[in-house]
Amino acid sequence: MKLFLKTDSHFLIKKILKEKLDVFNIKYNLINTNEILFLETIDTETYEKIATVLNDYGFEIIENQKNIIVQKIKETIIEMIANDQIPSVKSSVYLAEKLNHSYGYLSNLFSEVTYTSIENFIILQKIEYVKKLITHHNLTLTEIAFKLNYSSVAHLSSQFKNTTGITPSAFQRILKKRSEINNQNIN
Amino acid sequence: MQKDFILITLADDDEDDRLFFTDAFEELKINTVVNTVNDGVALMNFLNAPGTVLPNIIFLDLNMPLKSGIECLKEIKANPKFKDIVIAIYSTSSSEEDIENTFVLGANIYIKKPSHFGKLKEVLSEVVTLNWQYITSGLNKDNFLLRM
Repeated sequence: MKLFLKTDSHFLIKKILKEKLDVFNIKYNLINTNEILFLETIDTETYEKIATVLNDYGFEIIENQKNIIVQKIKETIIEMIANDQIPSVKSSVYLAEKLNHSYGYLSNLFSEVTYTSIENFIILQKIEYVKKLITHHNLTLTEIAFKLNYSSVAHLSSQFKNTTGITPSAFQRILKKRSEINNQNIN
Repeated sequence: MQKDFILITLADDDEDDRLFFTDAFEELKINTVVNTVNDGVALMNFLNAPGTVLPNIIFLDLNMPLKSGIECLKEIKANPKFKDIVIAIYSTSSSEEDIENTFVLGANIYIKKPSHFGKLKEVLSEVVTLNWQYITSGLNKDNFLLRM
Protein backbone atom coordinates (compact mmCIF):
# COMPACT_ATOMS: atom_id res chain seq x y z
CA MET A 1 0.00 0.00 0.00
CA LYS A 2 1.23 3.49 -0.79
CA LEU A 3 0.26 6.76 0.84
CA PHE A 4 0.47 10.03 -0.99
CA LEU A 5 1.13 13.04 1.26
CA LYS A 6 0.91 16.73 0.87
CA THR A 7 2.39 19.17 3.43
CA ASP A 8 2.32 22.82 4.15
CA SER A 9 5.89 23.61 5.27
CA HIS A 10 4.88 27.03 6.58
CA PHE A 11 2.31 25.46 8.87
CA LEU A 12 4.77 22.79 9.93
CA ILE A 13 7.54 25.22 10.84
CA LYS A 14 5.20 27.38 12.86
CA LYS A 15 3.87 24.40 14.73
CA ILE A 16 7.36 23.13 15.60
CA LEU A 17 8.58 26.58 16.69
CA LYS A 18 5.50 27.09 18.82
CA GLU A 19 5.79 23.70 20.50
CA LYS A 20 9.48 24.17 21.24
CA LEU A 21 9.30 27.78 22.38
CA ASP A 22 6.23 27.45 24.60
CA VAL A 23 8.24 25.20 26.92
CA PHE A 24 10.47 28.11 27.94
CA ASN A 25 7.63 30.26 29.29
CA ILE A 26 8.89 33.36 27.53
CA LYS A 27 6.58 35.80 25.80
CA TYR A 28 7.32 35.91 22.08
CA ASN A 29 5.83 36.70 18.70
CA LEU A 30 6.32 34.60 15.62
CA ILE A 31 6.74 37.37 13.09
CA ASN A 32 7.41 34.96 10.32
CA THR A 33 8.78 31.46 9.94
CA ASN A 34 12.25 32.97 9.94
CA GLU A 35 11.89 35.66 12.56
CA ILE A 36 11.04 35.43 16.24
CA LEU A 37 10.62 38.46 18.44
CA PHE A 38 11.13 37.88 22.16
CA LEU A 39 9.10 40.26 24.26
CA GLU A 40 11.34 39.98 27.27
CA THR A 41 15.09 39.78 27.74
CA ILE A 42 16.48 36.28 27.87
CA ASP A 43 19.66 35.30 29.64
CA THR A 44 22.62 33.57 28.06
CA GLU A 45 21.71 30.15 29.45
CA THR A 46 18.17 30.23 28.06
CA TYR A 47 19.47 31.58 24.77
CA GLU A 48 21.86 28.64 24.48
CA LYS A 49 19.07 26.18 25.31
CA ILE A 50 16.77 27.67 22.69
CA ALA A 51 19.56 27.57 20.14
CA THR A 52 20.23 23.89 20.91
CA VAL A 53 16.57 22.86 20.79
CA LEU A 54 15.97 24.66 17.50
CA ASN A 55 19.18 23.30 16.09
CA ASP A 56 17.85 19.74 16.56
CA TYR A 57 15.19 20.59 14.01
CA GLY A 58 17.62 22.16 11.61
CA PHE A 59 17.01 25.78 12.57
CA GLU A 60 20.06 27.97 12.73
CA ILE A 61 20.04 31.31 14.50
CA ILE A 62 21.51 33.77 12.04
CA GLU A 63 22.13 36.91 14.02
CA ASN A 64 20.24 39.38 16.02
CA GLN A 65 19.28 42.80 14.75
CA LYS A 66 21.81 44.70 16.86
CA ASN A 67 24.70 42.70 15.48
CA ILE A 68 23.47 43.32 11.96
CA ILE A 69 23.46 47.11 12.45
CA VAL A 70 26.90 47.02 14.11
CA GLN A 71 28.18 44.98 11.20
CA LYS A 72 26.83 47.62 8.81
CA ILE A 73 28.53 50.40 10.76
CA LYS A 74 31.85 48.54 10.60
CA GLU A 75 31.51 47.87 6.89
CA THR A 76 30.68 51.50 6.17
CA ILE A 77 33.73 52.69 8.13
CA ILE A 78 36.09 50.19 6.50
CA GLU A 79 34.79 51.04 3.05
CA MET A 80 35.05 54.75 3.77
CA ILE A 81 38.74 54.38 4.69
CA ALA A 82 39.73 51.82 2.06
CA ASN A 83 38.30 53.87 -0.78
CA ASP A 84 40.25 56.91 0.31
CA GLN A 85 36.93 58.66 0.45
CA ILE A 86 37.34 60.45 3.69
CA PRO A 87 34.06 62.32 3.41
CA SER A 88 34.02 66.06 3.55
CA VAL A 89 31.25 65.94 6.16
CA LYS A 90 32.03 64.71 9.67
CA SER A 91 32.06 60.93 9.94
CA SER A 92 29.18 61.07 12.43
CA VAL A 93 26.98 62.84 9.88
CA TYR A 94 28.15 60.50 7.15
CA LEU A 95 27.29 57.35 9.12
CA ALA A 96 23.92 58.68 10.24
CA GLU A 97 22.92 59.52 6.67
CA LYS A 98 24.27 56.34 5.19
CA LEU A 99 22.59 54.05 7.73
CA ASN A 100 19.44 56.05 8.30
CA HIS A 101 19.63 56.17 12.09
CA SER A 102 20.58 58.99 14.42
CA TYR A 103 24.26 59.06 15.34
CA GLY A 104 23.39 58.86 19.04
CA TYR A 105 21.54 55.62 18.48
CA LEU A 106 24.33 54.12 16.35
CA SER A 107 26.97 55.23 18.80
CA ASN A 108 25.27 53.69 21.86
CA LEU A 109 24.52 50.46 20.06
CA PHE A 110 28.08 50.21 18.79
CA SER A 111 29.63 50.67 22.23
CA GLU A 112 27.24 48.16 23.76
CA VAL A 113 28.09 45.41 21.28
CA THR A 114 31.79 46.01 20.56
CA TYR A 115 33.03 47.47 23.90
CA THR A 116 34.65 50.32 22.02
CA SER A 117 33.44 53.61 20.57
CA ILE A 118 32.87 54.42 16.90
CA GLU A 119 35.56 57.12 17.16
CA ASN A 120 38.13 54.62 18.47
CA PHE A 121 37.13 52.10 15.86
CA ILE A 122 37.69 54.62 13.07
CA ILE A 123 41.16 55.45 14.40
CA LEU A 124 41.94 51.74 14.76
CA GLN A 125 40.90 51.05 11.17
CA LYS A 126 42.84 54.04 9.88
CA ILE A 127 46.00 52.89 11.65
CA GLU A 128 45.37 49.38 10.35
CA TYR A 129 45.26 50.83 6.85
CA VAL A 130 48.45 52.79 7.49
CA LYS A 131 50.17 49.55 8.57
CA LYS A 132 49.07 47.90 5.36
CA LEU A 133 50.37 50.78 3.27
CA ILE A 134 53.70 50.75 5.13
CA THR A 135 54.23 47.00 4.72
CA HIS A 136 52.80 46.24 1.30
CA HIS A 137 53.07 49.37 -0.74
CA ASN A 138 56.33 50.89 0.38
CA LEU A 139 54.78 54.31 0.65
CA THR A 140 56.59 56.90 2.71
CA LEU A 141 54.87 58.40 5.72
CA THR A 142 54.54 61.69 3.89
CA GLU A 143 52.69 60.01 1.05
CA ILE A 144 50.46 58.10 3.47
CA ALA A 145 49.64 61.20 5.49
CA PHE A 146 48.59 62.96 2.28
CA LYS A 147 46.60 59.97 1.03
CA LEU A 148 44.65 59.66 4.27
CA ASN A 149 44.04 63.37 4.72
CA TYR A 150 46.14 63.85 7.84
CA SER A 151 47.03 67.48 8.41
CA SER A 152 50.72 66.58 8.80
CA VAL A 153 53.18 63.69 9.08
CA ALA A 154 53.62 64.58 12.74
CA HIS A 155 49.89 64.12 13.34
CA LEU A 156 49.92 60.72 11.65
CA SER A 157 53.02 59.65 13.58
CA SER A 158 51.63 60.67 16.92
CA GLN A 159 48.27 58.98 16.28
CA PHE A 160 50.13 55.82 15.29
CA LYS A 161 52.24 55.98 18.45
CA ASN A 162 49.22 56.67 20.65
CA THR A 163 47.32 53.72 19.23
CA THR A 164 50.07 51.12 19.08
CA GLY A 165 52.67 52.35 21.57
CA ILE A 166 55.39 52.25 18.92
CA THR A 167 56.48 54.62 16.20
CA PRO A 168 55.76 53.90 12.52
CA SER A 169 59.47 53.45 11.82
CA ALA A 170 59.90 50.95 14.69
CA PHE A 171 56.88 49.08 13.32
CA GLN A 172 58.44 48.94 9.90
CA ARG A 173 61.79 47.78 11.32
CA ILE A 174 60.20 45.01 13.43
CA LEU A 175 58.16 43.57 10.56
CA LYS A 176 61.20 43.66 8.30
CA LYS A 177 63.30 41.73 10.82
CA ARG A 178 60.46 39.26 11.30
CA SER A 179 60.22 38.49 7.63
CA GLU A 180 64.02 38.13 7.43
CA ILE A 181 63.85 35.48 10.18
CA ASN A 182 60.99 33.70 8.42
CA ASN A 183 62.87 33.68 5.14
CA GLN A 184 65.95 32.21 6.84
CA ASN A 185 63.83 29.43 8.28
CA ILE A 186 62.42 28.57 4.89
CA ASN A 187 65.82 28.44 3.17
CA MET B 1 21.80 38.38 25.97
CA GLN B 2 25.55 38.27 25.58
CA LYS B 3 27.24 34.97 24.93
CA ASP B 4 30.53 36.42 23.75
CA PHE B 5 33.59 35.79 25.82
CA ILE B 6 37.30 35.65 25.45
CA LEU B 7 39.51 32.70 26.45
CA ILE B 8 42.65 33.71 28.30
CA THR B 9 45.62 31.68 29.49
CA LEU B 10 47.98 33.25 31.99
CA ALA B 11 51.48 31.88 32.59
CA ASP B 12 53.20 33.27 35.68
CA ASP B 13 55.18 31.65 38.48
CA ASP B 14 54.28 34.33 41.02
CA GLU B 15 51.11 33.55 42.93
CA ASP B 16 50.37 37.19 43.83
CA ASP B 17 50.67 38.21 40.19
CA ARG B 18 48.30 35.47 39.08
CA LEU B 19 45.81 36.67 41.65
CA PHE B 20 46.14 40.32 40.56
CA PHE B 21 45.64 39.43 36.92
CA THR B 22 42.65 37.14 37.45
CA ASP B 23 41.01 39.75 39.69
CA ALA B 24 41.58 42.41 37.04
CA PHE B 25 40.12 40.20 34.30
CA GLU B 26 37.01 39.59 36.37
CA GLU B 27 36.28 43.29 36.54
CA LEU B 28 36.38 43.83 32.77
CA LYS B 29 33.26 44.52 30.75
CA ILE B 30 34.11 41.74 28.33
CA ASN B 31 33.40 38.27 29.69
CA THR B 32 36.59 36.30 30.15
CA VAL B 33 37.35 32.70 30.95
CA VAL B 34 40.80 32.58 32.48
CA ASN B 35 42.98 29.59 33.10
CA THR B 36 46.36 29.87 34.77
CA VAL B 37 49.56 27.83 34.65
CA ASN B 38 52.56 28.23 36.95
CA ASP B 39 55.48 28.00 34.54
CA GLY B 40 56.55 27.66 30.93
CA VAL B 41 56.66 23.86 30.91
CA ALA B 42 53.12 23.68 32.27
CA LEU B 43 52.03 26.17 29.60
CA MET B 44 53.42 24.11 26.73
CA ASN B 45 51.99 20.90 28.20
CA PHE B 46 48.60 22.55 28.42
CA LEU B 47 48.72 23.87 24.84
CA ASN B 48 49.93 20.58 23.41
CA ALA B 49 47.51 18.36 25.32
CA PRO B 50 44.92 16.74 23.06
CA GLY B 51 41.47 18.16 23.62
CA THR B 52 42.68 21.54 24.92
CA VAL B 53 40.51 24.37 23.67
CA LEU B 54 43.15 26.90 22.60
CA PRO B 55 42.95 30.36 24.17
CA ASN B 56 42.41 33.55 22.16
CA ILE B 57 45.25 35.21 23.99
CA ILE B 58 48.15 34.14 26.22
CA PHE B 59 49.64 36.45 28.84
CA LEU B 60 53.21 35.37 29.26
CA ASP B 61 55.56 36.38 32.04
CA LEU B 62 59.06 36.79 30.64
CA ASN B 63 60.89 35.49 33.71
CA MET B 64 59.75 32.03 34.69
CA PRO B 65 61.68 29.00 35.98
CA LEU B 66 62.05 25.79 33.92
CA LYS B 67 61.13 27.46 30.65
CA SER B 68 61.30 31.21 30.10
CA GLY B 69 58.69 33.31 28.35
CA ILE B 70 61.00 33.77 25.36
CA GLU B 71 61.44 30.01 24.95
CA CYS B 72 57.66 29.54 25.11
CA LEU B 73 57.17 32.32 22.58
CA LYS B 74 59.60 30.67 20.16
CA GLU B 75 57.92 27.27 20.53
CA ILE B 76 54.45 28.70 20.08
CA LYS B 77 55.44 30.64 16.99
CA ALA B 78 57.13 27.58 15.47
CA ASN B 79 53.91 25.56 15.59
CA PRO B 80 51.27 26.44 12.95
CA LYS B 81 48.59 24.95 15.21
CA PHE B 82 48.95 28.03 17.43
CA LYS B 83 48.99 30.67 14.72
CA ASP B 84 45.69 32.24 15.78
CA ILE B 85 46.75 32.83 19.37
CA VAL B 86 47.68 36.39 20.28
CA ILE B 87 50.72 36.58 22.57
CA ALA B 88 50.99 39.28 25.22
CA ILE B 89 54.36 39.41 26.94
CA TYR B 90 54.72 41.19 30.23
CA SER B 91 57.78 41.94 32.23
CA THR B 92 59.31 44.46 34.57
CA SER B 93 61.99 45.15 31.97
CA SER B 94 61.63 48.26 29.86
CA SER B 95 64.83 47.82 27.89
CA GLU B 96 64.21 48.85 24.29
CA GLU B 97 66.26 45.92 23.07
CA ASP B 98 64.23 43.34 25.03
CA ILE B 99 60.99 44.83 23.80
CA GLU B 100 61.93 44.98 20.16
CA ASN B 101 63.34 41.46 20.36
CA THR B 102 60.06 39.98 21.66
CA PHE B 103 58.15 41.72 18.86
CA VAL B 104 60.58 40.41 16.27
CA LEU B 105 60.13 36.90 17.68
CA GLY B 106 56.40 37.22 17.08
CA ALA B 107 54.84 38.68 20.22
CA ASN B 108 51.84 40.92 19.55
CA ILE B 109 51.74 42.84 22.78
CA TYR B 110 54.36 44.01 25.24
CA ILE B 111 53.21 45.13 28.66
CA LYS B 112 55.53 46.80 31.09
CA LYS B 113 54.17 45.49 34.38
CA PRO B 114 52.52 48.41 36.17
CA SER B 115 53.29 48.95 39.82
CA HIS B 116 49.74 49.25 41.12
CA PHE B 117 46.49 47.42 40.65
CA GLY B 118 44.41 50.28 39.28
CA LYS B 119 46.85 50.83 36.45
CA LEU B 120 47.07 47.09 35.71
CA LYS B 121 43.30 46.91 35.35
CA GLU B 122 43.36 49.84 32.96
CA VAL B 123 46.09 48.28 30.84
CA LEU B 124 44.46 44.84 30.71
CA SER B 125 41.12 46.36 29.83
CA GLU B 126 42.71 48.15 26.90
CA VAL B 127 44.55 45.02 25.74
CA VAL B 128 41.52 42.73 25.94
CA THR B 129 39.24 45.28 24.26
CA LEU B 130 41.66 45.82 21.41
CA ASN B 131 42.16 42.08 21.04
CA TRP B 132 38.40 41.74 20.85
CA GLN B 133 38.35 44.06 17.83
CA TYR B 134 40.95 41.85 16.19
CA ILE B 135 38.78 38.77 16.80
CA THR B 136 35.51 40.33 15.65
CA SER B 137 36.59 42.63 12.82
CA GLY B 138 38.97 40.47 10.85
CA LEU B 139 42.01 42.66 11.36
CA ASN B 140 45.39 41.32 10.28
CA LYS B 141 47.05 39.65 13.30
CA ASP B 142 50.49 39.81 11.67
CA ASN B 143 50.27 43.58 11.95
CA PHE B 144 49.05 43.50 15.55
CA LEU B 145 51.72 45.22 17.62
CA LEU B 146 50.90 47.00 20.83
CA ARG B 147 53.19 48.35 23.48
CA MET B 148 51.70 49.43 26.78
